[in-house]
Amino acid sequence: MSTSHAELEGLALRVREHVIRLATDGGCFIGASLSCTDLIVHLYRQVLRVTPATVRDPNRDYLLLSKGHDVPALYGTLVELGFMARERLSLHLSTEDSIYWHPNRAVPGVEFHSGSLGHLLSVGIGLALDTKLRQAENRVFVLLGDGELDEGTIWEGLLVAAAKGLDNLVCIVDRNEFQANIRTEELTPLEPLVAKFEAFGAKAIRVDGHSFAALDAAFATLPLAPGRPSVIVADTVRGRGLPSIERRADRWFANFSRDEIEALLAELHGAAQATLHSETLVVR
Amino acid sequence: MKTYEETLYELALADERIVVLTAENRAAIRGMPEKLGARFIDVGIAEQTMIGAAAGLALAGRIPVCHSLATFLTLRAFEFVRTDVGIARLPVKLVGGVPGFLSDGNGPTHQAIEDISLMRGVPNMQVFCPADQVELVDMLPAILKSPDPAYVRYNASKPIVEHAPFSIGQAEIFGDGTDVALLTFGFLLEHVERAAELLEARGVGVRLVNLRTLKPIDERAVVRAARDVRLLVTIEDHFRTGGLYSIVAETLLAQRLTAKTLPIALEERWFRPATLPRVLEHEGFTGEKLAARVLWALEEQARR
Repeated sequence: MSTSHAELEGLALRVREHVIRLATDGGCFIGASLSCTDLIVHLYRQVLRVTPATVRDPNRDYLLLSKGHDVPALYGTLVELGFMARERLSLHLSTEDSIYWHPNRAVPGVEFHSGSLGHLLSVGIGLALDTKLRQAENRVFVLLGDGELDEGTIWEGLLVAAAKGLDNLVCIVDRNEFQANIRTEELTPLEPLVAKFEAFGAKAIRVDGHSFAALDAAFATLPLAPGRPSVIVADTVRGRGLPSIERRADRWFANFSRDEIEALLAELHGAAQATLHSETLVVR
Repeated sequence: MKTYEETLYELALADERIVVLTAENRAAIRGMPEKLGARFIDVGIAEQTMIGAAAGLALAGRIPVCHSLATFLTLRAFEFVRTDVGIARLPVKLVGGVPGFLSDGNGPTHQAIEDISLMRGVPNMQVFCPADQVELVDMLPAILKSPDPAYVRYNASKPIVEHAPFSIGQAEIFGDGTDVALLTFGFLLEHVERAAELLEARGVGVRLVNLRTLKPIDERAVVRAARDVRLLVTIEDHFRTGGLYSIVAETLLAQRLTAKTLPIALEERWFRPATLPRVLEHEGFTGEKLAARVLWALEEQARR
């Protein structure tokens, strides 16, 4: 649990390459995956008590991807850390495997399917309740999208998690400031977010979601407060790593040409911004 | 070709009561916020609140047209549809995006393949399944004019046939063959049409029935097809339970009729997520695969 930040940066870069490569031949939710790539990489290297050998161990930590369409970032991480065979990514959107736009448990390391927003906090509550019943040490991490916070089930879940004293439950909000194609604060304002979570009974903090040092500090002592669920609001940039798509409302889901993919990979490694022609203004 | 959005906007201009709602899904109505102003309402990703609010708007005399992906509209908000819209019999219009196979690579969470079953189970709810954008646009005035709630399986694909004028509860019939009747709806019409061509080329007489409205169903078209042909085939991107096959069975039994029927639907499982052509190939819904299944059923029938 003490990987150097340089090593984490290198890992995150390779994961971003996987994400970019999935954004063709049918495409993927590239913007929403790049915003939480650092969060997922950090969780797997610094926080989660799980390895390829313990993906079915009853004492492992759980990570649930509640927003779901960020699964390319998880798959990239699982490939790099040896949970998942690299070749499976080439079967993206084919009927020969279960690799598509949202998570499927057929991939080792994926704990539950998602895609319909606002579901996995309640599933996480169930896992956390079981852990309490067993008097076990598992922790349950739920990665939420900020747009997803529009769904009422999130707030029902927070009330229940606080009422049951689930301090083994940690919500991480990928605060990239976007719904699908609109800024959250333009449509349904969420701020002040930390105060909202606190009012619902959780202990909440705010952190730079792209700084491994800040993330180390945020996750150093869990729970954030005894007897209460923890919420870590991670400020992120949608499309992080690719200036040509960062914070662009129309770059949420994208299906790029092979040439555009090559240009984006070069851009990731410091070349000039890619010129993008593919139509990406699609709401799924 | 006039688009859904243009048509909806024209209808909204002509009728102040029309309001356009979405739970942050603007794929079909991208220009609407700017053009419609305050009569465009995006509630964010909150489908239940959208339907509850639509009921309130309708209660006050409005005609709300609600947009979301078909699964979230019909499943997540179902109790609001049934309880707030259904019980009060309010003219709320539900427009569900990427229904059935059109959710392609999204996976089971996005597969609306029980939507027809659920929506037709709500008293007085009408169910519309346009084959393409032209048919969708043709239907829209009648849908908005009806005093009843409605569910539309949104599909804006390119038309491959010339359509007959639209009227609620009236199917569109192509051909008068007496060997098989192919009953279908929605974007699958294109593939069923291809299957019909292949079957005709093999000397099979085909009647193709595009149902267009699944509730109310065109009972006469169903009964006549059952009487006139050797084999009825229902083709739907929906669970076999509660969709077209069930509707046909209910219709025929009510008339004390029976017919040799081949149901082509999804049986007790979600489909494999992939790009649409791969989904159709894998699930056996390309024109070629449909024709082969029908031929096999006809041969089987002949052997008996």
